[in-house]
This record gives sequence, C-alpha cells and structure tokens, in this order.
Amino acid sequence: MTFALEAAVAGRGFDVALRLGPTETVAVMGPNGAGKSTLLSVIAGLLKPDTGRAELNGRTLFELSAGRGTWTPPHHRGTALLAQEPLLFPHLSALENVAFGPRSAGVSRKQAKAEALHWLAEVEALDLQARRPAELSGGQAQRVAVARALAADPGLLLLDEPMAALDIHSAPLLRRLLKRVLAGRQAIIITHDALDALMLADRVVILENGGISEEGPTREVLQRPRSPFAAGLAGLNLLAGTLAGDGIRTAEGWTVAGLLEDGYADDRRPEGRGGNGYPAAPEGERAAVAVFPPSAVSVFLDDAHGSPRNSFEVAISDLEPHGDFIRVRAGSLAADITPAASADLGLIPGLQVHFVVKATSVAVYSA
Amino acid sequence: MPVSAAAGSERHNVSHAYRGVPRWTYVVAVLAATVVILPLFAMVARVNWANFLPLVTSESAVSALGLSLRTSAVSTILCIVLGVPLALVLARGRFRLQGLLRALVLLPLVLPPVVGGIALLYTFGRQGLLGRTLEVLGLQIAFSTTAVVLAQTFVALPFLVVSLEGALRTGGERYEAVAATLGASPGRVFRSVTLPLVLPGLASGAVLSFARSLGEFGATLTFAGSLQGVTRTLPLEIYLQRETDPEAAVALSLVLVAVAVAVVALAYRRPAGAGMAFWKQRTTPAAAADRDVL
Amino acid sequence: MKGLTGLLAAIVLMALAGCSTGAGSPSGDASAAGSSAGSSGGEALTVFAAASLKNSFTELAKAYEAEHPGSSVTLSFAGSADLATQISQGAPADVFASADTKNMDKLQQAGLVDGDPRIFATNTLAIAVPRGNPAGIRSFADLAKPGTRLVQCAPQVPCGAAATAAEQQTGTHLSPVSEENSVTDVLGKVVSGEADAGLVYVTDVKSAAGKVESVAFPEAAAAVNSYPIAALAGSRNGAAVQAFLDLVTGPEGQQVLADAGFGGGRQ
Repeated sequence: MTFALEAAVAGRGFDVALRLGPTETVAVMGPNGAGKSTLLSVIAGLLKPDTGRAELNGRTLFELSAGRGTWTPPHHRGTALLAQEPLLFPHLSALENVAFGPRSAGVSRKQAKAEALHWLAEVEALDLQARRPAELSGGQAQRVAVARALAADPGLLLLDEPMAALDIHSAPLLRRLLKRVLAGRQAIIITHDALDALMLADRVVILENGGISEEGPTREVLQRPRSPFAAGLAGLNLLAGTLAGDGIRTAEGWTVAGLLEDGYADDRRPEGRGGNGYPAAPEGERAAVAVFPPSAVSVFLDDAHGSPRNSFEVAISDLEPHGDFIRVRAGSLAADITPAASADLGLIPGLQVHFVVKATSVAVYSA
Repeated sequence: MPVSAAAGSERHNVSHAYRGVPRWTYVVAVLAATVVILPLFAMVARVNWANFLPLVTSESAVSALGLSLRTSAVSTILCIVLGVPLALVLARGRFRLQGLLRALVLLPLVLPPVVGGIALLYTFGRQGLLGRTLEVLGLQIAFSTTAVVLAQTFVALPFLVVSLEGALRTGGERYEAVAATLGASPGRVFRSVTLPLVLPGLASGAVLSFARSLGEFGATLTFAGSLQGVTRTLPLEIYLQRETDPEAAVALSLVLVAVAVAVVALAYRRPAGAGMAFWKQRTTPAAAADRDVL
Repeated sequence: MKGLTGLLAAIVLMALAGCSTGAGSPSGDASAAGSSAGSSGGEALTVFAAASLKNSFTELAKAYEAEHPGSSVTLSFAGSADLATQISQGAPADVFASADTKNMDKLQQAGLVDGDPRIFATNTLAIAVPRGNPAGIRSFADLAKPGTRLVQCAPQVPCGAAATAAEQQTGTHLSPVSEENSVTDVLGKVVSGEADAGLVYVTDVKSAAGKVESVAFPEAAAAVNSYPIAALAGSRNGAAVQAFLDLVTGPEGQQVLADAGFGGGRQ
C-alpha cells in the first residue's frame, strides 16, 4: 500500500520522483513557482506530464512516455484534492457536499447520507449540515471540505495549502483537526508554514525550481537544513560551498570555519542531483554547508580580526523588527542585534558592515 | 476630462458612499433614455383603449400570438438542446479554430435578419443546399411552421451561447476539478456541478433567446412566408395590419412590448453569469434542511 | 465641464441635423432624381409614388427636369399604405400616386388632397412562374391544384385584394402557402423558385423578364387596379405640381407607363 511517482513536465521544468509509505504524510515546501501545485495536479490527474509513471496502492495512475501511454482519469484515481479555498459546491448544502463523493462512487442515497453524517461528525460540523456554503465561515467551510474529501475515501489525500486562506483563529483549529484525521493516512500537504510540516507531516520535501532539493524527516530537515530554503524555514543562516579543513569555502571565496558535525557521511540528498540547486561539487571536493543562527551573528562597522571568528563584509539590505531584536538582513544572511546596538552603529540599508560569527557557533555538514 | 470618471467603478451599499459620476453624464443619460423610451411612450399614447380588447383578441391576432408563443417555445428548447453543448465546447474545449468557430456562431447577433433569411433560404429552401435532399425525403421546410422555428433558432441561438459561455467562464472550472478528484465522472460533473452552477446564466440565456425568437421578423418573412396560423407570427401580423388597420397594429405592438418587458425583467432581475451570487442569495437554512441528499 | 456639455450637445444636434437633410423621406427607397432638392429658387417637387411605379416615375421625373431646367424632383417609393400613413403624419410631399383608390380615398377624407384625384394608369394581375414553369401552370384554375405552392399578396394590400376579386369572379378557391405583404415579396419567392406560382401585376412580370415567366389569364380583367394621382393640400408649388400631373396624364407619361405594362388611365 504505497504511492510512487516519477513525472516530468518539460514546459514547466518540472521533474520529480517521490515515494510515500502506507501511512505516511509528506509536507511539500518550497518557494512560489517551485512546482508544488504542478505536483498535486499531476497526481490528481488534472495535468498530464510528458513522461513518467505513478502508482497508488498497486494501481497505475499513469505510465507515459512522450505523452503517450496509460492515463487514469481523475475520477478513477482515489486522490481527493483539498485546496486552499474550500470550493464547496455553492448549490448544495454542507451535507450534500460531503455526500457528493459517496454518491459519485455509486453509493445509495441513504448510505451516502449516513457516510456524510459520519464525516461531518468527524470534523465536528454536524450542526452545519443543513447550511449552504455561503452561510459558513471560512473555517467552517474548510472543515466541511475536509469531511467531503475524506468521505470520498481517497487512497491518497492531496492538500494544497489548506490553511492559507484561513484567519488566525481558524487555522489552529483546522490544524488540530487535520492532525487527527491524517493519522494513519497517505497524504501530501503543500504548506508554507514550518509548523504545519512539524505537526502534520512525517517527512518534508523541499521543492525548488521544479525539482526536489532536499528531503528527510521534518525535524531533521529543520534542525540541519541543507538548502537555503529549508534554512530560511528554520530561521537559520546557511552558506554553501565545499569542505575545506574545519569549514567550507564558498563560491564567493569566503572561508567559513566551524564545527564539523558527527554523521558527516550520511547523505539525505537524492542521488544524481546537486543539492540546493547548485551543481554537484567537483571530483575530490565534498559539498558542504555552514549553518548558524542569526542570534550568533554580531555586526561591526570595521573588520574585527580574530582567528576563531568568521567575518563577512556585506551590505545591509533591510532592517526589520524581530521580537525584541532588530533583524539585519544582508542578502541571504541575517543577524539579530539589539535596537540599542543598531542605533549605536547607525545602521541603515546600503551600509557596508561586517557580519562576525564565532566558529563554535557554526555547524558544518555535508550538503 | 474629469478625473472622477475612472473612480466610480466600485459599488457600495452605503447610500452616502462616494460615487464618481461626472454631472454631464446625467444630461446625456437622460437624452439616451429619452431616445429609447419616448417612441414607446408615443406608441402607448396612440393605443385605442376602447377597442383594445377586440383588437387584440381578433381571430388573426390570437392565432398570431399563439403561433408566436408556440414557435418561440420550441426554438428556445432547440436553443437549449443545441446551445448548451456548444457553449460548453467553446468555454472549456481546447481545439484549433475555436476562436473562428465562436465568431461564426455569434454572427447572427450582428447580421441583419433578412440576410439570415436569405442564408436559410439557400440552405433549406427548395433550391437550397439541404432543401433538395429534404424534398426528396418528402420534407418541405419553406412556408412551414418548421421554417419559422428554424429562422428563430438561427437568430436566437447566439444569445443563449453568449450568456451561457459567460457563466461557464466565471470560475466553474475549479469546482469541476474538485468534483472529478472526488470521484465524479465527466457526465456526473456536468449534471450535478456544471449545470447547477450555470443555471442562472442558462435561464437568462433561455429567456433572451425566447425574447429574440418572439421578435424575429426579417428572417421569417424572407424564409418562411406569411400565412395565418402557419407562419404568420405576431411581428408579421403587426406588419400586415399596419397596411390597413394601424389601430390594430398599435394594439398588437403593445402586446409584444408587454411580453418583451416581462421577459427582459425576468432576464435582468440579476445579471447573467452571476451564478455564485445567485446561489448565495437563494437559500435559507430551513429550506436546505428539507431537501434530501442530492 | 460646461464646455464638454456644450460640445456633446453640438455633436448630437449635428448628428440629428445631418440625418434629417440626408433623407428627405421618412422611409422607403427614396431616390433623388435631381440634384439637391429645395435649393435655389428652382422648382422643387417631392413625389410619393407606389413601389410598382418606380421605373416609370424615375423616367418621368428625369423627363420633367429636362423640360423644366432648374427644377428638381425628389421621389419616394414605398407601399401605398405606408406612403399614405407618412403623408397623414405630415411628410412633406407635393404629389401622391397610389396603387389603389382606397389609400387615396383615405387621404381625401382626411382633407389632405388638393383637387380631385385622377386615374392615370391601371394594372392587371398576371401569374408569374419560375423559369421553365416546373409546376406546369397554364390557367388560373391550375393555381388551385393540390400541391401547387402558390404565393400571393395578403388581402389587406392592393395586389391581394385584386387576387381575391379574381378568385370570387371565377369561383375558384385558392389556398396559398403564403400571403405576402407586398407584390415584390411575392415576385421574390417565385424568382428564387420557392413558389410554383405567384399572383403579381403584369408590370412586375415585365420588369422581371428573364427571371420569371408569365401566364396570362382572362379572369384578370375582373380585378383591375386603378392608380390615382393627386396634388396634396400641403404643397406650395401649385404650378409645378400641375405641370407634373399633366406630364403623367399626358401622352408622354402614358407612353412611358404603357411601355412598363400599365393600362391607360381615364381622362
């Protein structure tokens, strides 16, 4: 009982291979335009890839080469889609919406109603059964939409940013609900929120430029990101380069000293691709990343020399409040300093400064 | 030019909300409304009310009105049967020459009806493209009520297609995709999602088609002829009565205006294509609770 | 803002003015036989004439203009009933030539006719059949044969009234497949071959020579249409109007009308 996919859509530069265990939920994260929605559309059968194959619980969803081959239409796939908006059918009541899947499967009216009531109860929306979608709040509608998707008894549930359109109060409620109903199910959830990935997913897949740049257990990816995107999610600075002594050398020529982590040899990166979207490291050199939190970075106007410290000359691109600190951004790097320090230094965007970080605060591991 | 002209597009329910309508537009708007309303008013003023009832219930008038209603009803049904799939193909299909097909199908909207009549004549007429074959099969279309229905369908079909295609394009596709992933076959998606969503657009399209059929004159006169009870619809009767009995013509015109007003009111009670808004207004929780599942 | 309103008003007025000078007659196929009607001190005449008179009157108007240099004749052709309605609604016409006496009588009763109308021509019915006469129509009685697709004018219009008269005279019962509003519509359906036969005027068959064939029938004599012509009460060109009436009823006019197939008028 597994899901396996390989698919390429040439026109969108999309090329992804993905497998799911029988009860596994995978969070797919990545910048806008990375191909996340393309992935779900291909799985749901709404978009035909050029080549590839997919199989769900022993059934072939498609097997194509050059656009020809087997193609199972969406309604025979068992891959219910829950989108950012609930998209409840406006002319049907909540109950009728939830009964839509069972009715489509040929279940009798009575049986479909019973199933719909069961799933409405499951999402704590029994009292909403008679309402039209227009009479539901965003959160209520999305709960009904979850019930509708589950009532279709999907082999694989596809969730496309289900929390994105909800207000700040409704989102936690739905997140708890999803945690409950996704347990023991195969599901793929697209999200922008690290919290969703942590709470709902067993594994996270980072999609960048149409391909998977990093994947692994959610906690591990957030703790030890290997791609700039994952580092951004985890709120960490990440510099990529090749291994050099106790640190790395970046493409810009910076040498970053740090602490080599244990388990250096483990490799979560998919084979055959350069991680982070960078080309694979040359023969004899090992790609590695240096990762450090913004709180470990100090900002100086002059270059402060000192062997255990790394110093990067950068131009400030942005200043923004971040909790009790000021986050100083310089390209892909960030430093958190106190407002007082920021005022003392007279920081403004465009100013050339030095980001300094102790080697002991930098974790170095393979990319 | 007044800057305010561009700012008035958003609608507010608050009566005191800012409305950026330049004052001069009211002057022109009144003039424009007069152009349309004054002739109607002048006609109503000419109605001989004392004789109105006998005039509109004369044998020929009743026969013409009955024929008009019957043929318009049939052609409206034909428009729905033929127009719904056509609109669906135009709105959802992806094929070569789609734009050209749309342009050709909508042509009767801008074509003088008499040109339509001539075109129909050379298609279904005795000497026409299909007429000869039909004649061999024993079917005579010219001078028959069928010809009236054909002429009406020809001019009315684009109205249905335009209304419906507009409704289909306002975002139903995502609902259809969701329905498919829930296991609904294309046929089921069409029946239980697409059609209900575009029902308001379909309804207003059908009403407009009916109105257009009811008013059809030129193509009928050219193609179908004019015989009481067979091909002489109300507009043709009015045209004929005008020769000898202007009072009857005015009285019958008023009947047609009344029908047209009713039809337009029905069609524009809500804007065509506003499917979502329609469903939002419609229902009460109690009403919905009474309904069985699907 | 004021300037814009003024500009718009000016545009609307100009558009309306442009339209009203463009077409002297409210409807129908107006054709100005002369140059710029109503200009200079020359005599300008507006003649409303039945549609069947189009060819003859166009020729006569040219003849009139040639004989009266500086004058111009504006012609408007339409169905007699339409023209009568237009005249009673105040259309500025000097002369009215009707295809029947009924419409002329109507105007006379309304006091819109100046002097007594004169019958200047007559027209008789003829059977028009498509080239080759596919249905083999030889007589008026043949029109009543089952399966014959006959098209005629509606009884409400002059050509239809004439057909009904012929029907009564001969005791034949006709069942047309269509009763058209005008004789040209009848002719059109015969020319296109949709109809097996049509009841039209002799003059129509003559003008459509080559496109239709004609079957003469003696019963037509029972239904002769008289064409009256008269000066209209609103005219201010008394002398010119009289000259035109004289031309139409005189030898030259009668010859032109006879060439078109009309019967002679009564003096």
